[in-house]
Amino acid sequence: MTLLTGWGRTAPTRATVARPRTAEEAAELVAKAGRRGVVARGLGRAYGDAAQNAGGLVLDCTALERSWRVDSTGLVTASAGISLHDLMTALVPRGWFVPVTPGTRYVTVGGAVAADVHGKNHHVDSSFGAHLRSLRLLTADGAVRTLGPGDDLFWATVGGMGLTGVIVEATFRCVPIETAWMRVDVERTRDLDHTLETMAATDDGHRYTVAWIDLLARGRRMGRGVLTRGDHAAPGDLPARARGNPLAFAPRPLLSAPPWAPGGLLNRATVRAFNAAWYGKAPAAPRRVVQGIAPFFHPLDGVSGWNRLYGPRGFVQYQFVVPLGAEDTLRRVVERLSGAGVVSFLTVLKRFGAGTPGMLSFPMQGWTLALDIPAGQSGLAAMLTEFDGWVAAAGGRLYLAKDSRMSADTMAATYPRLERWRQIRRRADPDGVFVSDLARRLRLC
Amino acid sequence: MRNALGSVDTVLLLGGRSEIGLAIVERLVRRGARRVVLAARGGTAPADGLERLGAEVHVLDFDAARPETHAALIEEAAAKVGDLDVVIPAFGVLGRQAVYDADPVAAARDVAVNFGGHVSVGLAAARRLREQGHGTLVVLSSVAGVRVRKANFVYGSAKAGLDGFAQGLADALHGSGARVVVVRPGFVIGRMTRGMTPAPMSVTAAEVADAVVAALDTRKGTVWVPARLRLAFAVMRLLPRPIWRRLPR
Ligand SMILES: Cc1cc2nc3c(=O)[nH]c(=O)nc-3n(C[C@H](O)[C@H](O)[C@H](O)COP(=O)(O)OP(=O)(O)OC[C@H]3O[C@@H](n4cnc5c(N)ncnc54)[C@H](O)[C@@H]3O)c2cc1C
Ligand SMILES: NC(=O)c1ccc[n+]([C@@H]2O[C@H](COP(=O)([O-])OP(=O)(O)OC[C@H]3O[C@@H](n4cnc5c(N)ncnc54)[C@H](OP(=O)(O)O)[C@@H]3O)[C@@H](O)[C@H]2O)c1
Repeated sequence: MTLLTGWGRTAPTRATVARPRTAEEAAELVAKAGRRGVVARGLGRAYGDAAQNAGGLVLDCTALERSWRVDSTGLVTASAGISLHDLMTALVPRGWFVPVTPGTRYVTVGGAVAADVHGKNHHVDSSFGAHLRSLRLLTADGAVRTLGPGDDLFWATVGGMGLTGVIVEATFRCVPIETAWMRVDVERTRDLDHTLETMAATDDGHRYTVAWIDLLARGRRMGRGVLTRGDHAAPGDLPARARGNPLAFAPRPLLSAPPWAPGGLLNRATVRAFNAAWYGKAPAAPRRVVQGIAPFFHPLDGVSGWNRLYGPRGFVQYQFVVPLGAEDTLRRVVERLSGAGVVSFLTVLKRFGAGTPGMLSFPMQGWTLALDIPAGQSGLAAMLTEFDGWVAAAGGRLYLAKDSRMSADTMAATYPRLERWRQIRRRADPDGVFVSDLARRLRLC
Repeated sequence: MRNALGSVDTVLLLGGRSEIGLAIVERLVRRGARRVVLAARGGTAPADGLERLGAEVHVLDFDAARPETHAALIEEAAAKVGDLDVVIPAFGVLGRQAVYDADPVAAARDVAVNFGGHVSVGLAAARRLREQGHGTLVVLSSVAGVRVRKANFVYGSAKAGLDGFAQGLADALHGSGARVVVVRPGFVIGRMTRGMTPAPMSVTAAEVADAVVAALDTRKGTVWVPARLRLAFAVMRLLPRPIWRRLPR
């Protein structure tokens, strides 16, 4: 029996955790799951309660089979429990890069599929599911089915948060790279309009783009930020010292947050100082730099266990998307947040391209904003509930892999394909064997 | 399920007409709870107010004096609304000491409600919460049980028993995902104390409910209402018996 939480360390619940090594072992465990059901868990990087199952069984999939292969065209087949960190460490030196990476490498392939994760390249490459050729899914009947994009169950599983079964393996296409480096343009923006305009006008020219927003800036500076746009570098872009071995890639965490890290280390004063320093350090005029893959994509992986810096009450991440044309909603949210002096360590804005057919997939054409907020901040619950209403009215939605607090009503109002997903899930899992805290909270099943 | 910011989905109130209990439930519903079970003698309880706030309300028949029915009642409530996020046994009777002195049977009957009923309900609820792997049991103790006074020692001793029971249960549930919040109000001006002269540091049911809801957001295991009663009782516990004995009330 173990108390589990997600990355935000809120709302712990108790479950029995088992660590199957093979699909057969996983099938036996699924068959024996009691009336509280079972759900798969990867590296627990979802912020909320998606990989928790109070009173039931949780399958830690990080030991599952652990094999992978890549063919000469970059088609990768990997066990679901392998992390993107492990895959990158193996693939980058061979000249391949994963089609999509979230802001951390420490997610499993299973977690990447189940959340249909997106990265800084969403505006051109869509989300993880768009690059998938096939999946092997262990379903409630104990069978392992091979599914492809022609199957309904495939698109119920991509973004389906583990509620259709245990993903055992995934096959997806990687992209060729010549170096383990990124050519990056960094630019400061003056205010929110400037951030949105610059992003919309220039992101087609780059594979990877993202804007960091200084939420503590108010008045005319509200919504100012730092825009980074990057592409995989060619050997000629590299500094002389790196040219000898351009595909070398062996990132390690630099620091580790101590287990006793006091709560409130990330407070208004430290966050304000960080924001000012971060903004101040970015060049006013666009500047080109060459950066390694790890600092460009995964700056937070440099400090392991950084989530503990928020203290024992944990933190929530609020990430929503609104369609293009709903910039006003975005503006209202940023205005309210900066007016309320909400402490958000990392606020990230990005323009999304087209989504996938994943029925519970989050990304859709539009703007997405993500922010981290300490859970103890007063008035937070009511404010976020108000935002939920604005986002829903604008035709947007919240990301299930980040959510830890929306209501079942908001969920039903914002995911138009939920009913369809339920039908398909019911067919694959008529007895409701697969269930999670997220599913109970949002009444998904 | 409780969410990351402390809002819950389901609530079970036993003693479904209790003023304090209903005040807590109302606040939980305003903060997002959508399914409520009110369990009360005769199966009638004021559901409409909660329904107007958007909750689905089920009313069940419940008698605290019949412990043999309690486990089934908890299961019935869970069958109606799913996992029980918050369980609040709020039943109780405040009899007069003079009446108990003259009628020991009545005294034993009320103790069976004020203590015994809470034991059977508490254990049945705890079993369910343990199985669920999450959930909160709110126990309405009282400062009357912190140091028992001669003016109401039958009621007070039942509360003392209940308080000890709740602390033991909290420890037993540690690590189970479920938890117990022990609430120790002082004199609450309201239905139960109608006609009595309020004691110093009196509060209202609304104030008790606010304090309980605030505690649900934290990891606190004990709530005094008002908070300064904690210090007051730290002192009162030390008063020598001859002085304690002579207190007027
Ligand atoms: C610092 C940080 C940055 C992030 N940045 C991004 C980002 O930029 N873009 C983005 O999209 N996401 C981002 N995320 C979220 C993260 O990518 C997702 O939550 C991802 O699902 C986590 O994978 P995991 O292996 O840790 O899965 P877990 O958190 O353990 O589980 C997440 C979900 O996947 C399911 N699951 C896991 N393994 C399996 C399996 N084998 N079979 C079936 N279901 C399974 C679980 O049931 C659960 O529903 C970020 C998270 C962090 C902590
Ligand atoms: N009021 C105070 O000063 C005070 C102070 C500290 C602690 N408390 C405690 O807080 C709790 C709630 O009190 P309150 O102020 O809300 O009082 P209340 O409004 O009088 O509520 C008590 C409820 O208990 C119910 N009840 C009594 N016997 C029962 C039985 N055998 N079976 C089922 N229900 C029964 C009563 O039902 P009916 O509606 O049928 O009467 C009533 O609804 C009690 O445990 C009380 O001891 C109160």
